Amino acid sequence: MSIDVLLQQIVNGLVVGSVYALVALGYTMVYGILQLINFAHGEIVMIGGLTSVFTSKWLLSMGVPSLLALLIAILVAMVVCAVVGVAIERVAYRPLRNAPRLAPLITAIGVSILLQQLAILVFGRNYFTFPELISKDPISLGPITVTMNEIVILMASVALMAALLWLVHNTKIGTAMRATAENQKVAGLMGIDINKIIAITFAIGSGLGAIAGVMVASNYGQAHYYMGFMLGLKAFTAAVMGGIGNLWGAMVGGLILGLVENVGLIFVRGDYKDIFAFVVLVLVLIFRPQGLIGERVAERA
Amino acid sequence: MAKLFENKRNQMIGIVLLGVLILILPFLAGMLGQAWVRILNVTLLYVMLALGLNVVVGVAGLLDLGYVAFYAVGAYTWSLLASAHFNLHYPFWVLLPLGACLAALAGLMLGAPVLKLRGDYLAIVTLGFGEIVRILMNNFDKVGLPWSDETYNITNGPRGITGIDGLHFFGFELRKGLDVFGFNVTGLQLYYFVFLGFAILSVIGVYRLQHSRLGRAWQALREDEIAAKAMGINTRNIKLAAFGFGALTGGLAGGLFASMQGFVSPESFGLLESIMILAMVVLGGMGHIPGVILGAVLLSAMPEVIRYAADENVQQKIFGIVLIAPEVLRNLIFSLALILIMLFKPAGLWPSPEKK
Repeated sequence: MSIDVLLQQIVNGLVVGSVYALVALGYTMVYGILQLINFAHGEIVMIGGLTSVFTSKWLLSMGVPSLLALLIAILVAMVVCAVVGVAIERVAYRPLRNAPRLAPLITAIGVSILLQQLAILVFGRNYFTFPELISKDPISLGPITVTMNEIVILMASVALMAALLWLVHNTKIGTAMRATAENQKVAGLMGIDINKIIAITFAIGSGLGAIAGVMVASNYGQAHYYMGFMLGLKAFTAAVMGGIGNLWGAMVGGLILGLVENVGLIFVRGDYKDIFAFVVLVLVLIFRPQGLIGERVAERA
Repeated sequence: MAKLFENKRNQMIGIVLLGVLILILPFLAGMLGQAWVRILNVTLLYVMLALGLNVVVGVAGLLDLGYVAFYAVGAYTWSLLASAHFNLHYPFWVLLPLGACLAALAGLMLGAPVLKLRGDYLAIVTLGFGEIVRILMNNFDKVGLPWSDETYNITNGPRGITGIDGLHFFGFELRKGLDVFGFNVTGLQLYYFVFLGFAILSVIGVYRLQHSRLGRAWQALREDEIAAKAMGINTRNIKLAAFGFGALTGGLAGGLFASMQGFVSPESFGLLESIMILAMVVLGGMGHIPGVILGAVLLSAMPEVIRYAADENVQQKIFGIVLIAPEVLRNLIFSLALILIMLFKPAGLWPSPEKK
């Protein structure tokens, strides 16, 4: 193994990892507030990817320049996903807020299957190619090669994560979100509209998911109705590895998972890539049951 | 309805009628075609699986999203040791217990490292475990040793294993069917009765367990782990026992599945399968045996019934054209049913009567 291969895999890992991190943020935000695994989040990413494919293709055929087409496509995908995310919360999760813990998990699984079938109905079963809106010509930087597309993905995710951290820690909405996550009842007594905050959380998480969907679609050059499943699983793994409910945890977990997978490819055959991710997860949780940077939750009897 | 069953005599009549129905069901289904008998058999396997998972999730409160891995261990134990693949043909009284024990061992192996994890952390690790088992099955057709280039084909990879032996007792092959006084009982119908026997056995086993000292300890663990520990319950051992017993049932069902199907491949043991079994337990009513059985019967029969109801011909008759591909419509109805049942019955269709 040469050092060049390692460097190249690290770069690839960072790109994939930053997408994982964006999706993982959606899981972890919802979990932080509702203690619910939003199984349908992977499907939101898929909807984002597919919506952007169709919007950008349509815009390009109208003669819109490619960068503008990309921006509009992202915006449309974000709006669509935010609406779907908020609708899911309203219909499938809110009525079950005080139900036994596993009930919303099952509706989440139901919603996930439902969204896949709706995507087949609306878009179709095919693999759709994502138009090359940002150049994918390889650029050589010393021993490694990257594409403009990958650089944009990396920088955009860093910017988005920074924006989210700022939002959560420095704005009124962010404070309300943290208060709701800490204790819903007390937050309600302090005059916070819990339902509104939860809806906003879903909207933000789904919006980030939509962008991640566009990134995945542009990176692999295609989108299809099943793309959210494995991605969602990996992102959820990343969120848990970092310590679920913790924003920093989701980001670090996503990046580490991407790195581990891609660097691991040097040592093991590609077929075993997914095993590698899960083995690392188990190892991390054995030594740190609360995740990498999750705080140890006080156990109440 | 409820009034009717309050009467002891009516209750007895109901149970007897149900028993008779269960006994003649494979023959009724046989009139519609052997495919329906197969569906009945698979339903019985799901009843076993749901009961096994119920011990882990419903009784002990440990969320397991990789349960199908144990089913796979049982199925592959049978397939590898009773097929032309390695040219081994061990009898069932070796393989069924062996498969169940290996599955239980896998359960303990999964349980040991995750003892400290709680709730949703446990869920993702069990999910990962299930995926690991599936990927290994997919890739163990070319296992190599680090010091040589030679590879060994253990599981035959995604192509799966074919030509698996069926159940046979003292030289009598179950698949061949049986003539009883000129009345032909098909192989699948014979399998139905074998599976029914095992399903009843698991009901009795799980019931006895649930009402034993261990079962009460599990319930204490589910309600409050810290309090259970303070009462002197060894939470480590009983968690391992829950994983072990759950896996045992799964392994047994797996062996039976392989013997009926004659073919296994990793495709049958995906994450969706685990999720489906979990849905059966939660939808039926966690920790309540009749509820879990109801959930298993409902969720395994529903897709098949919808498959026929949502047929292209039916749509053709009603709307004049095929509006939605039957497969999509089936999944649509199924997912909607899952959501609606949970919304209107959050504790399950038939939850346990004791309220906490």
